[in-house]
Parts: sequence; structure tokens; C-alpha cells
Amino acid sequence: MEIKNHTMTIVVNNKPDVLARIAGIFSGRGFNIESISANVTLNPEVTKIILVTKGNTATVGRIENQIRKLVDVIDFQVVANDRAILREMILIRIPLADKDTEKIRKDIENFHCRIVRMEPDHCILEITGTLEEIQWVMKGLEPHGIEDLSRSGLIVLR
Amino acid sequence: MKLKGAQIFIKALLDEGVDTIFGYPGGVVLDIYDELHKGQLRHILVRHEQGAAHAADGYARASGKVGVCLVTSGPGATNTVTGIATAYMDSIPIVVFTGQVSTALIGSDAFQEADITGITRPCTKHNFIVRRTEDLVRTVKEAFYIARSGRPGPVLVDLPKDVAQGMAEYVPPEAGLPRTKGPSYLPDVQALEKVLCMLRDAKRPVVLIGGGVILGKASEELRAFVRKAGLPITSTLMGLGAYPGTDPLSLGMLGMHGTYYANMAVSHADLLIAVGVRFDDRVTGRLADFARGAKIVHIDIDPASINKNVTVDLAIVSDSRTALHQLNQMLEREGKAFSGDRYGEWHKQIEEWKTYAPLSYCPGEKIKPQCVIETLHRLTGGDAIVATEVGQNQMWTAQFYPFKRPNQLLTSGGLGTMGYGFPAAIGAQIACPDRTVVDIAGDGSIQMNIQELATAVNYNVPVKVVILNNGFLGMVRQWQEIFYGKRYSNTNISRTPDFVKVAEAYGATGLRATRPEEMEAVLKKGLETPGPVFMDFVVDSEEGVYPMVGPGAALTEMDLGRKE
Repeated sequence: MEIKNHTMTIVVNNKPDVLARIAGIFSGRGFNIESISANVTLNPEVTKIILVTKGNTATVGRIENQIRKLVDVIDFQVVANDRAILREMILIRIPLADKDTEKIRKDIENFHCRIVRMEPDHCILEITGTLEEIQWVMKGLEPHGIEDLSRSGLIVLR
Repeated sequence: MKLKGAQIFIKALLDEGVDTIFGYPGGVVLDIYDELHKGQLRHILVRHEQGAAHAADGYARASGKVGVCLVTSGPGATNTVTGIATAYMDSIPIVVFTGQVSTALIGSDAFQEADITGITRPCTKHNFIVRRTEDLVRTVKEAFYIARSGRPGPVLVDLPKDVAQGMAEYVPPEAGLPRTKGPSYLPDVQALEKVLCMLRDAKRPVVLIGGGVILGKASEELRAFVRKAGLPITSTLMGLGAYPGTDPLSLGMLGMHGTYYANMAVSHADLLIAVGVRFDDRVTGRLADFARGAKIVHIDIDPASINKNVTVDLAIVSDSRTALHQLNQMLEREGKAFSGDRYGEWHKQIEEWKTYAPLSYCPGEKIKPQCVIETLHRLTGGDAIVATEVGQNQMWTAQFYPFKRPNQLLTSGGLGTMGYGFPAAIGAQIACPDRTVVDIAGDGSIQMNIQELATAVNYNVPVKVVILNNGFLGMVRQWQEIFYGKRYSNTNISRTPDFVKVAEAYGATGLRATRPEEMEAVLKKGLETPGPVFMDFVVDSEEGVYPMVGPGAALTEMDLGRKE
């Protein structure tokens, strides 16, 4: 069976140990978490976790069955990629000292990056997009030297 | 009126119908123990916290109620982990209350602090830490509900010292319990109809049952189903007793040490109806060859069990009782279509297998362990509650003590915990004071929780312990004999203590038989003697358990142990 990334949304009670329980299902049964993001929903007592794992469909079925058994899990859905809006966010710091800032500014504009901080020696950019868009921007900015970056897990809405 | 946390705790247990708890006191649970001193609840003081967890488990299995234990923080809590994992693997409803250091100290590496909810997360159905006295009642209620609902299992509740000391109103929770887990436990009727069609088309059907039939209290429905349709039936270790082992339709146990005829029947079946099983590797043998020619129907309450190890043709998520009940109703409607000799040829074939290789052993100059168990079966009229330890003693019990009823065999099937049987037998005897309760042990296993003899003597719990003393860690020795060129690395334990003197030192009765002609008299005397008894049977030291399917082999590749 084909091994590929699967995205799942897990709605849980917002309790301190719930993330550990979910992570435990993955580690205890030998599955890997590729990406994770979690935050409260409109109801602050309920958290939505979006999780990406690699495996075949049988593996995902097994994960689903185990996760649905957890007492604090309210809902579990596997996201079909064609119907969902998927986004990641990335923050990138680019050094500006001794550089052609004009060229950098132009690139930033071309890649639709948001400048969230501008200092004489560096800037921090924010990019939100699909996985492909983010990879495309990163590749484009690479020549300017990416000093550091921080990347969120995937979030999704249908 | 406000009550102290410890008072609320006891009241909440009483409200759950708890009458007996197994425990061991310590620093952070002193307030609770002070409350227990008032005597509203029977507290059985064990001698090691592992014993408390196993005793609660044995109590639960024998009584069908939730078993309860109470221990202190840190080492008290960690000592229960093996007992919790044992209950988890066998889906046994127990609630374990552990003391914890005060909430303000949690995380400070305080004296006797252990992150027990973290430690037990993978081996409990769910666990809690109570942070406010106000949450105590509700948490206790939820813990019992979770332990017994759906596929049962152990739940742990961690109780910080200040929660037991704090004051709160006792407000019994009415509603809002955690929702029932998983989809509906009611079976899909169309799927059940399909089972009937498959039965109609089948020439060589076999029913395989597991612990789910016992936990689901579906034994009556199962008996009706099997008899009405005339189906050969085999069982996992955990399912023994759900169908009477002496019944002509019974094939006994399946798997690594299953009977020749059960393994052959499943391997040659064209339809396998599996109820309340999870297809453990000890049951299936090499997966690729398991029931290869059969369509497989799997009825189980836990969706996670379905297609986990064995891919099935028809899955029915349901509790076993409802599914079997509805199947019986459908069979009734079929009338004569399913009566009589529908699978006559198949039964004839099975009879041939039964004749070719019945369960057997060769009598000799030394006591044969199988013979001890057969004799025990005869002397107890097959009626005793039997706990086992793990290893050869467990497999010989499964083979040579045909069980009549559900909840009659208490054994650690999933985790395979040596030291389980004796404390579990104590728990069972406390649940069923009028029954004969026997622990069948090896000389290795019995030493793993031998300290519980003090508990048995203390409360005059008349558990009879049959020690099959072969001077070896027998099952490991057997594997070394077969797979490791008889290199008996660290399995010779012949320098064991004198079990008769051990029993006497604890204030119990000790008996010994060393020759076959003494065996029955010792068993008789042991069973008749009041109070706890150790019976030390010095058995043939290199007797093996057969049939045996080697690891990774198919069920048909059996070593029948026939020495040419």
C-alpha cells in the first residue's frame, strides 16, 4: 500500500495530559508524527489538534481506532486533501548588514511576504501558505541567507 | 455540610457499591486510612502493593464487579504497575487509587513522589489526578464508569494528600458522565444476516471465542448458538469456561499449546466465527497461514481489535451478548434448516483428529504435573475457581482442567504475569467465600508473590496452592530444550526453599508429595484442610507442554511431543 502523508484533526477536551495521551498512542504503537499544531476552539474547554503522520491507509485506520478510544477525544477526522484548506506559517529572519537591501525588498514584495520587523541589520518575514508556496518562497529567499526560521504545524479547515 | 476529602472518598466508594478494597497504607494516604479505621469498608491489608492490584483483579474476575485497590504514593504506586498492566491486557475492570504528594509539591521531586499518571498512561484505560476536593466525587464516579463500560479495563485515580485533607460538600453527580466510548454496541442486523448466509454456505465452520464472551456475560447465548447450529467450538485461553470444556462440541484451546484437533480444525475450516477475541500471536501462529481457507467473521466490542492482526471478511462491532442473542433469534426463525447433521462430514473429520492426537501424557515413576491437574479436576468436581501463575502450570491447567463456567479460570493471558495467580486467588476467595479456590503454581511463579501467604493467613482466606515443583523455570527451560540446544541458562532453580516449612512459618498448612502414589492423598488432604494450604508436588523435572506450535510456525506445524 502507498505510504504518504495523512492529515487528521482531533477534537479533544482541553486538559493538561491530553496531548501526552495522543502522543503516547503514536510512540507506543510505532507511528511517527510529522507535524502537529494545537489550540483552543471557540469553546475554550475544547482543543483542536491537527496532526500529520506518514503511513498507508491501514496504518491511519489503526491510529484512528486507538485515538477514538481515548476518553478525552471528542472527534476524529482524516482530512481528504482535495476538499480542505491547508495552511502553514513560517517566520524567517534575514540579515541585512552589508547587503543590497533594495534587491531583498523587491524579492520580499514578489513573494508576497509580510515584513513583521525591520531593523538596520536584519528583518523578519511572515509567510502563510500551502506547503508548496512556503517551499517556493524559502527557495527564493535562500540566496539572501536565511539566518533562522520558525515553522508552524499544518492547520486545516473544511 | 462540608466533609473532609477522605470522608468524601469513602462515601463515594460506598455509593459505587464497593464493599471490599485491597490496599497498603503510607504517608500521603494517612487521612484516608484514618477514615477507614471507622470500619465502613472492608480493607484487606496485603503485604506488597502488586498483591493488592492482582487481588483486586482476581476479585473482579470472580465476582464480575469492579475490583478496587488503594496504595500510597511513589513506590506504593509504582508497585501496582504490573498489576495494572495485567488487568489492561486482559480487559479487567479495576480502579486503583494511589496517594500523591500535596498539589503544591507535585513536580518538586518530593519524598515518595512519582508521576504515576504519566507512568500508567499506556497501561490504563484512563487515569486521573484529582486536584481539588470538590472534584473527588465526580472523579470516583467517572473512574468506575470508565472501568466497567464498553471494553472494560483498569482506571487509576491519583489522590494528592491535600485533596484528602481539604473540605467540600458531598454532591453526588447526576449526569454528564463521559460519553460511552466508540460507536454503538448494537450490531448491524444486515451483517448478522450475512453471518447466517455464511453458515448456510459453509461446510467446515468453527467458532472461536475469547475473553470478550466472558466479559460480555454472553455464555448462555453462546451455548444456545453453538448447540442450535451444531458448531465445533474452540477458545483462546481467556475464553475458557464460556463454553463447557467437556462438551462434545468443544475442541478445547487453540494456539501455541492448543489441542491438535482445535489447531487442525481452524486451519482446515472454511468459516471461522470469532467472538470477543483479539487474535493474539499465541493464538494465531504464523499470521499468513492462520485459517487460510476460511472466511473470517469477527464480532468484537472494540473497533480497534478489528483488522489489527488478522484481516477479516466480515466485522461486527458489538457486545458479544447482543450479537449472539440476535443470531439465536435468526436461527430460531430458520427452524429446522440448521438442526441435525448439517456439518456431519466435518464433525467426522474432527472426531478423527481427536482420536489421532488427544491431549495425553506418559505416566512414569515421577509425579506427572498433568496428572495432578486431572486429579484436582476430579476431586473438585470441575467446580473450583482456579487461578494460575504463568508458564507450564498455566498451559497444563488450560489443557487438563476443563472449565464449566465463565469466571472460573483466573489467569494472566495477555501480559503473562508470573506471581499473578496467588494474590488473584486470594481476591477471588474473598469475593466468593463459599467456593473452593485453587492457585495452580510453579515453583518459580509462587515465589514472586509468596509474601501474600501472610495476607491469606491474616484473614484466614482458605486458598489452596498446588505447586508443580520441577526445580526449573519450566516453560523457559522447555524453550531452551527445544530451541537452544538444551543449554539451561539460568533456569535451574532447584535450590528452592522447603515450601512445607515456608507454609508453616507463615502459619499455614504445608503438604508434600514426591511419589505418584502419594499425590491423590495429598490433594485430598489439602482440599479438606481449613485455611490456606501449600501443596508441594515434586514433579517430573523435564516434562514439557505439548502440543506445541513453535514461534513463527503455522498452527498445523505442531510438535506433539511424541518421543520415538
